[in-house]
Amino acid sequence: MRYAKPATAQEAVSLLANEPGLARILLGGTDVLVQLKAGMIEPDLIVDIKNLDRIKDITPEDGGFRIGAAVSGASLGEHEGVVALWPGVVEALELIGSTQVQGRATMTGNLCNGSPAGDSVPAMVAAYATVRIEGPNGVRDCLVQDIPVSPGRISLAKGEIITSIYLPARPERAGDAYLRFTPRTEMDIAVASAAVSLVLDADGTCTAASVALGAIAPTVVLVDAASKCIIGTKLEAAALEAMSAACSAACKPIDDKRGTIEFRTQVVGVLAKRAALIAYKRAGGSK
Amino acid sequence: MKNFHISTTVNGDQTEFVCAPDETLLDVLRNRLGLTGAKEGCGTGDCGACSVTLNGRLVCSCLVLGAEVEGAEIGTVEGLATGDHLHPLQRNFIDHAALQCGICTPGILVAAKALLEKNASPTDEEIRYWLAGNLCRCTGYDKIIKAVQIAAAEMRGA
Repeated sequence: MRYAKPATAQEAVSLLANEPGLARILLGGTDVLVQLKAGMIEPDLIVDIKNLDRIKDITPEDGGFRIGAAVSGASLGEHEGVVALWPGVVEALELIGSTQVQGRATMTGNLCNGSPAGDSVPAMVAAYATVRIEGPNGVRDCLVQDIPVSPGRISLAKGEIITSIYLPARPERAGDAYLRFTPRTEMDIAVASAAVSLVLDADGTCTAASVALGAIAPTVVLVDAASKCIIGTKLEAAALEAMSAACSAACKPIDDKRGTIEFRTQVVGVLAKRAALIAYKRAGGSK
Repeated sequence: MKNFHISTTVNGDQTEFVCAPDETLLDVLRNRLGLTGAKEGCGTGDCGACSVTLNGRLVCSCLVLGAEVEGAEIGTVEGLATGDHLHPLQRNFIDHAALQCGICTPGILVAAKALLEKNASPTDEEIRYWLAGNLCRCTGYDKIIKAVQIAAAEMRGA
């Protein structure tokens, strides 16, 4: 195995594009090093992209924030601006692993690991976050939701790297929230999870909403049928019930040691309801 | 496999070492620098016995490559005491029997020190969450939490 720490995105892209063997990109290493140790992967080349310009920066941009690919959970959680604008995204990232893991783990790595249970991914999808990709053919932006393909697989082409994630601006009276179910309170992987982002008008009626679910299908899913149930409502009980049912209907989960199909299908609706109520309160709605 | 020549700072001392690309910071500390305080419990970032600080952030040294730490500042349990004077956390862990076998203790001391630098008066719950990634299979944690609280009180008074 070779290790390279390029100074520019261009250099990183060319190293990755020209590598005939298996290459892996290293950010916080909280997935890559575990996979190396377990013998799940035997890469020929590790490309550490933490030396790239602005890769550890959080930069205000057009009312939102551009989060460098190497920004750790601990750094994001200390950024008051991001916490105020997208509390649900921050709380989702902060649920991953221990304090030690938070010192290294990144949103970009969580996304590129390709797990349907990655905690920050539903929150980013619900936020309509975009990723900036640099590759052999230049720079492109795409929605976070277009990155996961199947468990462990993502849509990046050979030589492409994500250099930042953009969390967009929000109107007044907007809020988001993320909840997951785990058997333990810490250091666990989501059995099912839900992220809700919404915008309210002056009288507390929901004018826009997005609902994204994790760990209940091969990829994180954005459930338009669920958001439709709460748009135009003040999240009354009937609207929440309908949203919950729409979430359960969107599930295509597996049975595994962490949860059954039936359990995941039911609990994800409950999580979505609770997350919607938290997002509603964060948006200034009163319940 | 090309080896790397790395310059770094460990517990305030300028340090240089050579390591292989797949060698972890934990292996470097233990096998090349003789700093055996950090322990390998799991090697996969679950147990926290290898906790160190990397540029001020608490991390698992088993999940960091040695080659990554060029120019970085690393803090290990060996840097806690000042000469013969134990850090208040170390002294209180001994005085209040907050350890049995001791394998998890260096990691917990490093983690607790990082917590108290951020939050000088944590609640028991805050300590428990902060130390959730430091597994101890002997003590049941109560004495650890108590020792951290007593050390924190002492450090606030100091």
